Amino acid sequence: MPEVLLADFQIKRLEVLNEKGEADPELLPELSDAEMWRLYELMLLSRIFDERAVALQREGRIGTYPPIRGQEAAQVGSAFALTHKDWLFPSFREMGAHLTLGYPIPQLLQYWGGDERSQKVPPGLNIFPFCVAVGSQIPQAAGAALAARYRRDPVAVVTYFGDGATSKGDFHEAMNLAGVFHLPLVFICQNNQWAISIPLKGQTASASLAQKAIAYGFQGVQVDGNDVFAVYRATRQAVEKARSGAGPTFIECLTYRMADHTTADDAGRYRSGEEVTFWAARDPILRLERFLEGRGLWTPQKREETAAQAAAIVDAGVAEMEAAPPPAAAELFDEILATLTPRQAGQRKVR
Amino acid sequence: MAQLNMVQAINQALAQEMARDDRVLLLGEDVGRDGGVFRVTEGLLERFGRERVLDTPLCESGIMGAAIGMAAYGLRPVPEIQFLGFTYSAFEQLFAHAARLRSRSRGRYSCPMVVRTPYGGGIKAPELHEESTEALFCQVPGLKVVVPSGPYVAKGLLLAALRDPDPVLFLEPTRLYRLLREEVPEEEYLVELGKARVARSGSAVTVVAWGSMLERALKAVEGYDAEVLDLLTLNPFDSEAIVASVQKTGRLVIVHEAAKTCGFGAEIAATVAEEAILHLRAPIVRVTAPDVPVPLAKLIDHYLPGLQQIRSALDEVLQY
Repeated sequence: MPEVLLADFQIKRLEVLNEKGEADPELLPELSDAEMWRLYELMLLSRIFDERAVALQREGRIGTYPPIRGQEAAQVGSAFALTHKDWLFPSFREMGAHLTLGYPIPQLLQYWGGDERSQKVPPGLNIFPFCVAVGSQIPQAAGAALAARYRRDPVAVVTYFGDGATSKGDFHEAMNLAGVFHLPLVFICQNNQWAISIPLKGQTASASLAQKAIAYGFQGVQVDGNDVFAVYRATRQAVEKARSGAGPTFIECLTYRMADHTTADDAGRYRSGEEVTFWAARDPILRLERFLEGRGLWTPQKREETAAQAAAIVDAGVAEMEAAPPPAAAELFDEILATLTPRQAGQRKVR
Repeated sequence: MAQLNMVQAINQALAQEMARDDRVLLLGEDVGRDGGVFRVTEGLLERFGRERVLDTPLCESGIMGAAIGMAAYGLRPVPEIQFLGFTYSAFEQLFAHAARLRSRSRGRYSCPMVVRTPYGGGIKAPELHEESTEALFCQVPGLKVVVPSGPYVAKGLLLAALRDPDPVLFLEPTRLYRLLREEVPEEEYLVELGKARVARSGSAVTVVAWGSMLERALKAVEGYDAEVLDLLTLNPFDSEAIVASVQKTGRLVIVHEAAKTCGFGAEIAATVAEEAILHLRAPIVRVTAPDVPVPLAKLIDHYLPGLQQIRSALDEVLQY
């Protein structure tokens, strides 16, 4: 008997903007010059925020911090496709997405400074707290997507995670739930190719992460994660698909973690300088600058001005974060339960 | 008034709350078409539809995580984990997220959900189907742990848990599912969480038990002047009721089917030592399972505390 072909699939990578800053006119998303400039401002803001946060850690003004350097296109480009009605389940390395959605900078810094109050997400933003337990936010996003559909809310639920998370059970359980229940859910994997010291080939034997979606019965696509237009285009399509009830999408943004895993890490122990240099030449911000220059929108002087504006915004955020009084001891007990247990109430009194 | 067993009482509570509140949804393995492996959710799929009774894939962590996302979105999910021993793969969701979502979001999000799971020994089931590791869950602040001991309290406690603004682990003693029938009012009533119940009054010794051991303790104390407290909620537990009873009787025997070391009896004994040691006329005695894994059926009767062990403990403290 001849064997029966059960499945045959292809995985493609979407690229819109090449390293020279040339865009494919067929694929370039419909964005106004002002919107493209806004993408640039947000990416530069993310870069400057990140540099500042690393410096603050070095100066002992905040605690351990996970840099996002190199991942600005993946984060800004994807979050730019969302509205404030959509729900976001982040991991802990998506500050560029937070900045794009208007998360207050003092609160972002406060979290890495060790202050619980930072995670009280402002009203109007449906963002979940940072999730440090890798991958565990992903099933929660599936639950929110189930709830959104039950309530007939035309929203997309988006969850961010890295390449390391795709090795965890929660990722697979949530991908399976998304497929089985046809959920309005967008999985955004920032494949930055390193999970602390383990390179991508140590996480998976797959040719791509995107193809994992095929096994769960829905679309997976890889995009050039340093190409802000490709990331935006793929995310925009996926969230519109989700909002319209057409099911989940997995987007693998192939990018690179240009910095250490955190400020407590030394990536020089496990990867070569040549590799970092190779990727530094593929900096997502440089690529967008070349494109904008070609359209007559960018000059070195405009970069200076935009960077100075971003630095002023970050400075104001740092000042506000540092001006906040430290929490009182009794705040240990704030919001533990709607009503403290008798024993907790007694413990609160003596502090 | 209807005589119901615990399966029927829990089913009635779920149906009534689902009819009253459209935020309440069930999800889990085999909870829909099959009505649950113990038939606790029987008929609910037919009555409330597939959107509110979700048969999920086999994924305990996924079920627990999804329930958290649903709760944060504004629903009141009731995830069922088929047996307590299978919650182990969902610990991260329960401990790292459900229990602390309110805290880590400083009140922006909360996690009102009731995790239902059958637990306990004595039903001749395979490995990991008879666990009694309730104390593990009591170590985690932010999580309430409730254990009914019969049909009447099961309905009232479940309705109270379903209306609680925070996550509740609701442990259903499998051995009791169909063992007892009690009068259960058709109308709604709440049994307050965090309060123990005096199951039997007495003055010479206090016996504290919960879940399926309550039934065994009540049998064991026949002929003794013993006061039996049914704890009902393990976290937060009713330390006032225990201390008040010990102040009256001067003697304490704690009975649980979990292993002894770091079992919940240790917390009770420590609390009584802190708050009422001078009222004690005999050492506190814990009657528990030994510190070994829960065995399969052939050894289970040697594992679970029996009537004779409880009576020996009573004799020991009374004759001290």
